[in-house]
Amino acid sequence: MGIDLPLIWALIIGFGVMMYVLMDGFDLGIGILYPFIPDRHHRDVAMNTVAPVWDGNETWLVLGGAGLLAAFPLVYSVVLTALYLPLIFMLLGLIFRGIAFEFRFKARDHERHIWDKAFIGGSFTATFFQGVVLGAYVSGLPVENGAYPGGPLDWIAPFPLFTGVALVFAYALLGSTWLIMKTEGELQFRMFHLTRPLMWILLAAIAVISLWTPLRDPVIAERWFSFPNIVWFSPVPLLVVGAALLMQRALARGRPVAPFLLALLLMFLGYAGLAISGWPNILPPDISIWEAAAPPQSLGFALVGALLIIPFILMYTAFAYYVFRGKVRPGDGYH
Amino acid sequence: MTETLALDLARAQFAFTISFHIIFPAITIGLASYLAVLEGLWLYTKNTLYRDLYHFWVKIFAVNFGMGVVSGLVMAYQFGTNWSFFSEFAGSITGPLLAYEVLTAFFLEAGFLGVMLFGWNRVGPGLHFFSTVVVAIGTLISTFWILASNSWMQTPQGHEIINGQVVPVDWLAVIFNPSFPYRLIHMSVAAFLATALFVGASAAWHLLRGRDNPAVRKMFSMAMWMMVLVAPVQAVIGDFHGLNTLEHQPAKVAAMEGHWGGEEAADGEGLPLILFGWPDMEEERTRFAVSVPHLGSLILTHSWDGTIPGLKEFAPEDRPNVPIVFWSFRIMVGLGMLMILLGGLSLMQRWRGRLYNSRWFLRFALLMGPAGLIAILAGWYTTEVGRQPWVVYGLMRTEDAVSTHSATTLGVSLALFVVVYLFVFGAGVAYTLRLVRKGPQLEEGTRETSGGPGRPRHAMRPLSAVEEDLDDDQDTDGGR
Ligand code: HDD
Ligand code: HEM
Ligand code: HEM
Repeated sequence: MGIDLPLIWALIIGFGVMMYVLMDGFDLGIGILYPFIPDRHHRDVAMNTVAPVWDGNETWLVLGGAGLLAAFPLVYSVVLTALYLPLIFMLLGLIFRGIAFEFRFKARDHERHIWDKAFIGGSFTATFFQGVVLGAYVSGLPVENGAYPGGPLDWIAPFPLFTGVALVFAYALLGSTWLIMKTEGELQFRMFHLTRPLMWILLAAIAVISLWTPLRDPVIAERWFSFPNIVWFSPVPLLVVGAALLMQRALARGRPVAPFLLALLLMFLGYAGLAISGWPNILPPDISIWEAAAPPQSLGFALVGALLIIPFILMYTAFAYYVFRGKVRPGDGYH
Repeated sequence: MTETLALDLARAQFAFTISFHIIFPAITIGLASYLAVLEGLWLYTKNTLYRDLYHFWVKIFAVNFGMGVVSGLVMAYQFGTNWSFFSEFAGSITGPLLAYEVLTAFFLEAGFLGVMLFGWNRVGPGLHFFSTVVVAIGTLISTFWILASNSWMQTPQGHEIINGQVVPVDWLAVIFNPSFPYRLIHMSVAAFLATALFVGASAAWHLLRGRDNPAVRKMFSMAMWMMVLVAPVQAVIGDFHGLNTLEHQPAKVAAMEGHWGGEEAADGEGLPLILFGWPDMEEERTRFAVSVPHLGSLILTHSWDGTIPGLKEFAPEDRPNVPIVFWSFRIMVGLGMLMILLGGLSLMQRWRGRLYNSRWFLRFALLMGPAGLIAILAGWYTTEVGRQPWVVYGLMRTEDAVSTHSATTLGVSLALFVVVYLFVFGAGVAYTLRLVRKGPQLEEGTRETSGGPGRPRHAMRPLSAVEEDLDDDQDTDGGR
């Protein structure tokens, strides 16, 4: 049989996680930026730019979990056991920011600050621990007899903590450029000012991670710096630099849409870089996609659904964004 | 010792998080269909009452949905965090089913939810109605998949076990396993009943306070018709469900009946129906039993003196916790009987023309508000505790499924869940009740927001589905 089911599933899950990072990234970013948006009406506007779509964005995370369980049960159980505490913290963070969407608008004036704080705290917590999970996963999780032998706090190490902080800046950048696109006036002006430093910080973080991973792991160094590869993979760092320069220009010219698209590109490149380093392991350091895969009966059954349905999902997701296109303005439509 | 403690904590955590979760989807499933009916009736009859009711309930729906999503997100990860050996063992079956749920239901709901909640003035009425219907269908699709997964764990088939891992061989057999049809119908109907009771209680509350308007009457009347028509059906479905369980999980049914077997079954007198009693697991008998002779045989075997296997026929380590199963089952069935009674009384009151102003009847309807949700929880406790000690019936024991966390780790996370859930969902319930208290507002849907016909279509806000000023009704309330 010519079809490499585990490979296709790895691509689908990789795609789902990427969609999650890009899409929930900007709405988590808005929570992270809330401390820099003191005005109540601006806060309303910022939240309303994502209110109709955040639920769909978060569903990609559920797909990631379900896809892993379906296609790579070993990875699902090892990763979720090893990173139990950071994942629980992430989920609790997502609870707080999720309910803030509805509760904030229903609260009486003197209660609203509670849900503002829930939104901010939830977004920070969820993002930071997502970054920690990412960092700990990339640095590798040992497996003995089909289970994780380490302790519950092993994730407290410099690299995961660093990626946690880096992800906070990454999502903040997605959020600020999203707001540039969806708002106008003073709020948009503020975001233009915030975006520039955010971008430089993110760029620095990408540089640190790009040096840190090969330095820690000779296999990854070999992957990037050996001869033919270096030619193939050199576009990744070059495009990162190019995107950053273009974003500077777009910001200087006050362009509304380009910064967001370039921020998406930056995130995508960072993600691609990690994927190149990790390949073909699904459970670093040494369990490959094929070793961890579920039986072909499971992969095949779920694949039929995934291939048939994902295009429709993308279509009606696009439709939902289309219905709510355009700028969101303060005061409009209050009755 | 610490290992049993860790297992108990993992179970407590799972039971706690799923019990919270199921409450919200149950109301979501019911309200989504109710909203679709209301909007359909509004488009069809042009009677603005239906539109007003739609606008009232859609806000409550939005709050409830939000809570369902965040509590559900936790569930999707609980399998791996708490039951990692279960995930490795059976992930090849539960994983694809969950993946189908995400692909066919969750995305569908999420995609059209935005239009349903915020799109009233952004899309035409036809498209809006379509979105509502799609969301309602999505909730039912979701029920389909998750119950297929749970039912397979109850009555597994269609698989082989290879190298200590379940391998699916026949997906149709896996999905349409023996207990699935019963569980799917029983649970979906339960969600409709729970919602109807909630709607009816809200209306009764307003009527009792003299806030009598046509919209309130309409929703009360609709809810009571649900009781009349659906509550008896649920009892019949439940009966079939029980017979099916008897066939596949006899130990569970024996526990539900408090039936130990041995002497009383031997003398050919048939099985009594134990109404109340205290099943004593040490002494292997049900103490203080109040029972009706032969009724048990009639219900369970549909014959005068048929018998069923008693608990003593199962080794003690293969028996579930009998008192929990026994009592949670009685709570569910008792509440089901009360629902039938409520429906019957509503017919009588309607016939006497006193449906909307008989105080004792309205009080009864108000008290029954939470009954549906309590029955759902009780039913699930019967089902899940009755399945013990197995997590996948006959294939994997719960004690072999649990992850290797220490009791400390699990204790900390359980404590966090309890604190956060009580705070967050407590606030959510308070907001829901506040919305209910405001009541349906007549002609609400006619008020122009931006983006209506002939207005710029892009500038709609605020985009919360619930942006009412909830203080509005303070003085009306004080005046009573
Ligand atoms: C409004 C809710 C509600 C009401 C009024 C009833 N049930 Fe129920 N019952 C459920 C909600 C529910 C449930 C929550 O949906 C359960 C749990 C798991 C399941 O499949 O359905 C359930 C399970 C359940 C089971 C366990 C099946 C198993 O574990 O294999 C039986 C035997 C019954 N029911 C029987 C009844 C009978 C005879 C009722 C008569 C009035 C009844 N139920 C009313
Ligand atoms: C009988 C049991 C269950 C039923 C009927 C059910 C049904 C639903 C429904 C209708 C929703 C969407 C509506 C809402 O959010 O309120 C939902 C949300 C969710 N459920 Fe459940 N569920 C059940 C149990 C579970 C279990 C055991 C899991 C874990 C695997 C789970 C995972 C989820 C997730 C992840 C969501 C959020 C998805 C989203 O809309 O983004 N559910 N559930
Ligand atoms: C939605 C309503 C549900 C409720 C209220 C519920 C309740 C419970 C309870 C109380 C337990 C603990 C039983 C015990 O340890 O004695 C349990 C266990 C469990 N249930 Fe459910 N359950 C529900 C639905 C589901 C669904 C839909 C699934 C699977 C798709 C599921 C899978 C499990 C698993 C894996 C366990 C853990 C092992 C165990 O302790 O039995 N449950 N549930």
